[in-house]
Amino acid sequence: MPRTRSGQTVNLKGGRPQADMSALGRALRRLFAYYPRLAPLTMGCILFSAVISSIPSLFIQNVIAIIERWYSTGDWASARPEILHYVIILAVLYVLALLSTTLYTQLMAIMTQGYLNKLRQELFNEMQTLPIRFFDTHQHGDVMSYYTNDIDTLRMLISQSLPTFIQSGAIVLVVLGIMLYFSVWMTLVLLLGVVAMFYVTKTVGGGSARYFVKQQQSLAETEGFVQEMMNGQKVVKVFNHESESIAAFDRLNDALRDNSYRANAYANILGPIINNIGNILYVVLAIAGGVFLLTGVPNVSLSGSAFSISILVPFMNMAKQFTGNVNTLSQQINQIVMASAGAGRVFKLMDEQPETDEGYVTLVNVVENPDGSLTETAERTGKWAWRHPHGDGTLTYTLLKGDVRLTEVDFAYEEGKPVLHDVSVFAEPGQKVAFVGATGAGKTTITNLINRFYDIADGKIRYDGININKIKKADLRRSLGIVLQETNLFTGSVMDNIRYGRLDATDAECVEAARLAGADDFISRLPEGYSTELTNNGANLSQGQRQLLAIARAAVADPPVMILDEATSSIDTRTEAIVQRGMDKLMEGRTVFVIAHRLSTVMDADVIMVLDHGRIIERGSHEKLLAEKGTYYQLYTGAFELE
Amino acid sequence: MIKTLAKSLREYRKPALLTLVIIMGEVFFEVLIPFFTADMINMIKDGAALSEVLLLGGKLAVMAVLSLLCGAFAGRTCAQASTGFARNLRRDMFTRVQAFSFENIDKFSSASLVTRMTTDVSNVQFAFMMLIRTAVRAPLMFIFAITMAFIMGGRLAMTFVVVVPVLIFGLLMIARKALPAFRSVFRKYDKLNESIEENVRAMRVVKGFAREDYEKRKFAAAADGICADFTRAERIVALNMPLMQLCMYFNMVFILTVGARLIVSSAGTLIDVGQISAMLTYGVQVLMSLMMLSMIYVMLTISAESAKRISEVLVEEPTLTDPAEPVAQVADGSIDFENVSFKYSEHAKNYALSDISLHIDSGMTVGILGGTGSSKTTLVQLIPRLYDVTEGAVKVGGVDVRAYDTDTLRNAVSMVLQKNELFSGTIRDNLRWGNENATDAELVEACKLAQADSFVQSFPDGYDTRIEQGGTNVSGGQKQRLCIARALLKKPKILILDDSTSAVDTRTDALIRAGFKSFIPETTKIIIAQRVASVEDADLILVLDNGRIADRGTHAELMQTSEIYREIYQQQTKGGEDNA
Repeated sequence: MPRTRSGQTVNLKGGRPQADMSALGRALRRLFAYYPRLAPLTMGCILFSAVISSIPSLFIQNVIAIIERWYSTGDWASARPEILHYVIILAVLYVLALLSTTLYTQLMAIMTQGYLNKLRQELFNEMQTLPIRFFDTHQHGDVMSYYTNDIDTLRMLISQSLPTFIQSGAIVLVVLGIMLYFSVWMTLVLLLGVVAMFYVTKTVGGGSARYFVKQQQSLAETEGFVQEMMNGQKVVKVFNHESESIAAFDRLNDALRDNSYRANAYANILGPIINNIGNILYVVLAIAGGVFLLTGVPNVSLSGSAFSISILVPFMNMAKQFTGNVNTLSQQINQIVMASAGAGRVFKLMDEQPETDEGYVTLVNVVENPDGSLTETAERTGKWAWRHPHGDGTLTYTLLKGDVRLTEVDFAYEEGKPVLHDVSVFAEPGQKVAFVGATGAGKTTITNLINRFYDIADGKIRYDGININKIKKADLRRSLGIVLQETNLFTGSVMDNIRYGRLDATDAECVEAARLAGADDFISRLPEGYSTELTNNGANLSQGQRQLLAIARAAVADPPVMILDEATSSIDTRTEAIVQRGMDKLMEGRTVFVIAHRLSTVMDADVIMVLDHGRIIERGSHEKLLAEKGTYYQLYTGAFELE
Repeated sequence: MIKTLAKSLREYRKPALLTLVIIMGEVFFEVLIPFFTADMINMIKDGAALSEVLLLGGKLAVMAVLSLLCGAFAGRTCAQASTGFARNLRRDMFTRVQAFSFENIDKFSSASLVTRMTTDVSNVQFAFMMLIRTAVRAPLMFIFAITMAFIMGGRLAMTFVVVVPVLIFGLLMIARKALPAFRSVFRKYDKLNESIEENVRAMRVVKGFAREDYEKRKFAAAADGICADFTRAERIVALNMPLMQLCMYFNMVFILTVGARLIVSSAGTLIDVGQISAMLTYGVQVLMSLMMLSMIYVMLTISAESAKRISEVLVEEPTLTDPAEPVAQVADGSIDFENVSFKYSEHAKNYALSDISLHIDSGMTVGILGGTGSSKTTLVQLIPRLYDVTEGAVKVGGVDVRAYDTDTLRNAVSMVLQKNELFSGTIRDNLRWGNENATDAELVEACKLAQADSFVQSFPDGYDTRIEQGGTNVSGGQKQRLCIARALLKKPKILILDDSTSAVDTRTDALIRAGFKSFIPETTKIIIAQRVASVEDADLILVLDNGRIADRGTHAELMQTSEIYREIYQQQTKGGEDNA
């Protein structure tokens, strides 16, 4: 492919890329793993076409020898059969070369894209299995650059560097062999020049690679700055801060230009230098050849033939071919350095520890028999039960009710920095449990533990009496609906977004869920109603509207337990009241955990937990807590700030 | 589009042109060298004296060195021109964005502006570099090589009459077929990456609903589709190489056969062995130059998409301009809305504000309440002329805002935006946005007024505490208070708080308002709030509904007259006793 799509904008932080040869090997081995037959076949074709296209020089030499023998006679008729003989062999070789070239270039096109596709999908699938911890500790931009920049460097590796290496490498070897066949002396002269080329490639090419790394760092810095400024552009306008931010941008932009200039200048210079070393070498060879011819130095060669003009001419052509290919090889240096770094990063992601799941209790549909026992069924009955296989081979079914109990739970995100201490929460089916407390008090952490985004350090969490560690994560999470403060919507229609909560929900069910969530009103006023396409995380909706959609999405899933983490923070109080009514209807007989900043949202909870530094310091109903005149009372009267 | 971009070349026009000239020299030597090497071989063959051979060798070596110097020099100037061009493009875009009005900013998403300034510029830089390296080289090489071939090879050069049209036709066909395929697949590829980003961002939702497998299937379908498209496009382009080889091999065979015949039948008088080898070299050069041309054609067309996206920013005209003779002084903090109507774009069906008339005295405190989408923010944004009214007029200090110098107006009208940002740097740096010459005492004073001083002092580094990008290391309420302090440092005549204390607790909120009252009594204060408590004691409260002022008055009046106001009030104090 003729262009680097985004290969020049690797989002590099710190010291990347470092050449990582083992990653490079892994990337190549993967090609053979993906294409166990096609890859060797392609490599074979490349090799074949490389070898076969360097042989003709031999025949050209023969033809010229014949011409030399006959040209003084001027007798074309006698020379013709001999010449034609070689020309026909040549033509046959060319046809073969052409066929193998056509074959391998087509195969390369298929394999390169297939390789990237497989790698991309493998990476994506691997990423889906990673624990939330990974996403909490990595910048999104960084994760994205695995897919864009790092995979892109591998595209260049597979589609360009690899064939070039095989081809040019093979040609270099074959031509070297042929040259030795003709004359060892001449070949030695040539190799002297090659040493010079290697030296130049190492210094100039190395310098170029070094500055390419710097260029990437500069680019990442500039990108970061631009991102910050573009996000805050309105603030810049309000403060008339335009000229200052241009000045700051200029500094980064100029540094980027400097590094980019050096990197490209080195890279651009390498070609002409190698090329002209080749030219000078050509002259040196011609003179050396002339000297050999004139002085009649005994030729040492594999062929044993004497030195003559019929050797010198093809030798010179081969020398040109030889240096040309060395030049081609040297041009790949930057590509390979970048690819090895890219491969290193891609494999580092693939090697991340996936989320583990030893759960064996699953969620199944059941019908309740007249005697109260449960029978599993494949149909959707609206009744769910935990299917619990026991060690002794028996199987029990427990009706899904939504009873969640945390007992003496301790937890730390990082070893030695405990976030929750001895937290016990009992939520009975149908109860509304609210968490109140400052930022960092551990409210969201508790919900992270219930759905096992993180695992507890000590204590117990039971769901309908079953230890949640025994429940399959997917089934556990299916039974919990979560609505987060930060709403994430997907590209697709409004209907698709609601249906995300339950993929087999009918349109009518989705609309009903939207109505319950209080979202139906604004959706029907959108230009295309439920078919309105959302892009860019629903950028055309207000924050409050997006939250309403997220609530509808959770509602359609119809889970026995709901977690609302600041789910109505961006909805004004009047609309919130409407949502509240819908939610109350929706959550009848279900367990709800609510985290809210606005106390009016949590006042009607059955029990309110006040958290402080990872401990529950107060618990009880609104009235009870007010009567206690403790922290909650102070919060309520505005004496404390909730942050 | 090309004209727009070319304007950014400026001081790098010289190295760009220089590159073209030097490359002419490089090509000259590159073509000349085989000519002399052919001579050299003939000379050797004819048994010339070693001294003659050496002389010619010396000439050749000099040419090679000159060629090297040209090449190296051109490589430098070319890098200079292309990276400089890219620098100017980035700078021009950034500067242009700084001149944007809010209306312009709304048109481009910030993410797309970032891509335009990075990836798109890199693509254009690369294409430009290839262009100036090849634009002269390829055609010159072609002309030189083919001319030399005709001079040297005479009738042998007739082979090009066949080969060149075939190659050109083939390359054009490939380019014509491949380009649309590439263009469409690139767009899909960008979409695929967007969907990955979406997945990463929404990972809690994905896992929360246990949708990992669904996401995998969705991604696989999209990725497979793109892979198929890409493969199709690449397979077309992959025909370039065999086509090239076909022409080259045809050339070889033709030159050898016909050349041999010519030499032998003319007994070496028409053409000689050296000429044959030179012909072979020229043959390669002719074809290579055509190949280069086709490659540059393909590349330019592909990067045209990036160039288009860049020029979109460069040609975007700022929608707000200063008057020819601007008023440079804001008299006082009085505000008048005279029959103001406003819509965000000409094509918008609905007005965001309709028929607003309003007078605010200098020094008054005005509260604005209203539901989501009632255009509270829209109303206040007209005061510092962040948008221009569609009908009617907004006056500050008795003068139409459109008559002021924008900087003057915005220095007098300080607005704390709803979606506010702190920038990476120290707290001090951030505060000085309000006034770059502010003394430390002034900073502390503003922070005290915004109730920010105490928490800033509690940080180990105090005012030198670094704020991370996006202000993630301070809490929401702290961020809001710093933003207020920053706005206060302007010492404005009008201060607008657009829901700027939503994360601040009620007590601190009250302290801030009390401070305003006693320390900046002459400043007009406009406060948009969700909480009734935040506006209760204002001189005037506006209740907005659907872009109109539904009710206006003091708290006591509105409790009597306004149904919406009463409803909001009751909602917020439901069940509560003393919501201070």
